[in-house]
Amino acid sequence: MQTANLLPLILVIAVIAYGLAYMRSRTVAGPMGGIRNLKALPFYYAARAALWCAIPALIVLSVWAAFEGKVIQNLVVGSLPTELLPQSAGEASLIMSQINNVAAGKLNPDFVPADVVSAADKLGALKAQSSQFKTVLVVLIAVLGAAFAWSRVQPQINARENVERTLRWIFFACAAVAVLTTVGIVFSVIFETVRFFGKVPITEFLFGTSWSPQTALRADQVGSDGAFGIIPLFTGTLLISAIALLVAVPTGLLSAVYLSEYASKSARSVIKPLLEMLAGVPTVVYGFFAALTVAPFIRDLAEAVGLEASSQSALAAGLVMGIMIIPFVSSLSDDVINAVPRTLRDGSLALGATQSETMKNVIFPAALPGIMGGILLAASRAIGETMIVVMAAGLAANLTANPLDSVTTVTVQIVTLLTGDQEFDSAKTLAAFALGMMLFIMTLALNMIALKVVRKYREQYD
Amino acid sequence: MNSMNATAIRTENMSEKVAKPVINEQPENAVITEGTTVGQPFSDDPKFKLRNVEVFYGESPAIKNISLDIGRNEVIAFIGPSGCGKSTFLRCLNRMNDSIDICQVKGSLMLDDQDLYDPKRDVVELRARVGMVFQKPNPFPKSIYDNVAYGPRIHGLANRKSDLDDIVENSLRKAGLWDEVKDRLDASATGMSGGQQQRLCIARAIAVSPEVILMDEPCSALDPIATAKVEELIAEMSESYTIVIVTHSMQQAARVSDRTAYFHLGHLVEVNDTDKVFTAPDHQLTESYITGRFG
Repeated sequence: MQTANLLPLILVIAVIAYGLAYMRSRTVAGPMGGIRNLKALPFYYAARAALWCAIPALIVLSVWAAFEGKVIQNLVVGSLPTELLPQSAGEASLIMSQINNVAAGKLNPDFVPADVVSAADKLGALKAQSSQFKTVLVVLIAVLGAAFAWSRVQPQINARENVERTLRWIFFACAAVAVLTTVGIVFSVIFETVRFFGKVPITEFLFGTSWSPQTALRADQVGSDGAFGIIPLFTGTLLISAIALLVAVPTGLLSAVYLSEYASKSARSVIKPLLEMLAGVPTVVYGFFAALTVAPFIRDLAEAVGLEASSQSALAAGLVMGIMIIPFVSSLSDDVINAVPRTLRDGSLALGATQSETMKNVIFPAALPGIMGGILLAASRAIGETMIVVMAAGLAANLTANPLDSVTTVTVQIVTLLTGDQEFDSAKTLAAFALGMMLFIMTLALNMIALKVVRKYREQYD
Repeated sequence: MNSMNATAIRTENMSEKVAKPVINEQPENAVITEGTTVGQPFSDDPKFKLRNVEVFYGESPAIKNISLDIGRNEVIAFIGPSGCGKSTFLRCLNRMNDSIDICQVKGSLMLDDQDLYDPKRDVVELRARVGMVFQKPNPFPKSIYDNVAYGPRIHGLANRKSDLDDIVENSLRKAGLWDEVKDRLDASATGMSGGQQQRLCIARAIAVSPEVILMDEPCSALDPIATAKVEELIAEMSESYTIVIVTHSMQQAARVSDRTAYFHLGHLVEVNDTDKVFTAPDHQLTESYITGRFG
């Protein structure tokens, strides 16, 4: 039976085990004068039976699924006659795919050596065997586990503690998944980055002022030496993010103040969801809004006052991005401002402070950590945002601080480096990982700075 | 948060005198006549002159036609069972109810013959004259110094840093806190004990030199020793301030106040000298309450 079919089967057995154990615990409790004389409620006996049934079976199933392919492959390749044994990794994968294709009926057996055909037969047989074994084993373990737990539905055994302990481990496993994924991503990025620095010196990457990642495919190719200086990308990212934050932080913060302190209940219930909708608009929509409406408008405006402006400008991208991240600032700030205890507000008002004085002197400092969190989230969004920049700010890696010029950002370059057919070991492709690493370090540094700021200025009210 | 919502509407008619029993199983003289208060609700030298005050939360009345004078430099205690409206009434006196949207105050409330709820009245100035101390100590999460300096700063009471230092020191001295905190004025106020925090809140209120101090159960979150200190402080302050204190502790009312007002379900049942209220109250309901039959 397929793994996908076995999963629901295990679930069904577990449910049956739950039901049987539940009934048994009630039957056991009956003559003793009710369930209060059991060490645990029937639910716990039943849950323990279900866990005993499902968890070992699932572990065996996943281990089997993980190693099945590898083991079968080794058996099949080992059965090949010596003259066909692969000499290199490339050959091995070629022969394996031949065998697989024959076994799957995609390749006519007449085109391949007879030994490959027999290997393919062996593969099919092994797979069928493995599947049978797996099914029997897993079902057996599930049933045995359930039977064991069922036999241990005894009034003196405390199933509650077993269940609580198991649940604890299940919760831990869930938390571990997130942590392990993060660690895995970081490490894979680090390894590729190290490979990149094997091809391009780290100093050139960090301090180079020109970015043009076209590497030569042939030795005699002209004009494609590749320059991997990150500074223009870095400044581009900072410029656009700074513009975006300049738009979003004051607007967001002040609208949060309005929403939490001044707006009536009904106004708030309308305005807040509307503001939050800004974050729900797909970025590609913002992108064409920026590229088709805002950017030309800015260019015309700049020309009208005698400035030279590119039709794709950092300002356009930054402004639109700022609008997009307003809700991150406003919504989170609104929540934390509302969470500041009413007694502090009353204390300030009772001393004759006005609403805005109260806001500035008491509520804002107390809400600072949360507000900072909102700004940080907005900043991360701005730094990581790609689509708006692609559409509105261009791809040209200019080293400039002029917001009317077109610039590009780290994320946009990662996209352009990895789209299309690429070699996976060229400096150009690996550069994407190095850029990713830079982004990661940037946001991490931002987080740490923000944490420091919060620690220094927060006024803790608990 | 709309300060215009709580508007005062003057009602000139001295309400209809309809007697109605409030609790069925009360003795016969335990009836409340709306708008009438037994004892001595009026004063010769009133600081507050409150007439026919009614407060509504939305549709439901919280204060029903109360008339009362609060004398100059007098300590008056409001007692009564939970939900009787004494805190609501107290919060009318510095318009703290303004911040509750659905709260509506009617009647005539005069402070030194000026209407509290005059639409043109400056609430900031009013609250500088009528300070308030809350049930739970609510120091700002700032340093001890900044807490006391908060009011003087927003009212511009000090031109120089040294003036501000003097105000802070004087206020802390008056609150009996100076010796305990003079070496750690820069420490956070939230690190103090509950009793110290409450005295700091009193110091904070004194710092703007108010004429009246409203206290809303100031000792309900404090232990007996801290309570004793605050009560001592109230006794000292009574020389220079008018003090209105809401309390659930009848012993406290008896210890600190000159007059005691007994509230019941939004009515002001009886106002008398504190001694009289606790020895020979005029109203049956007051007697039931102070002897512990309900409340």
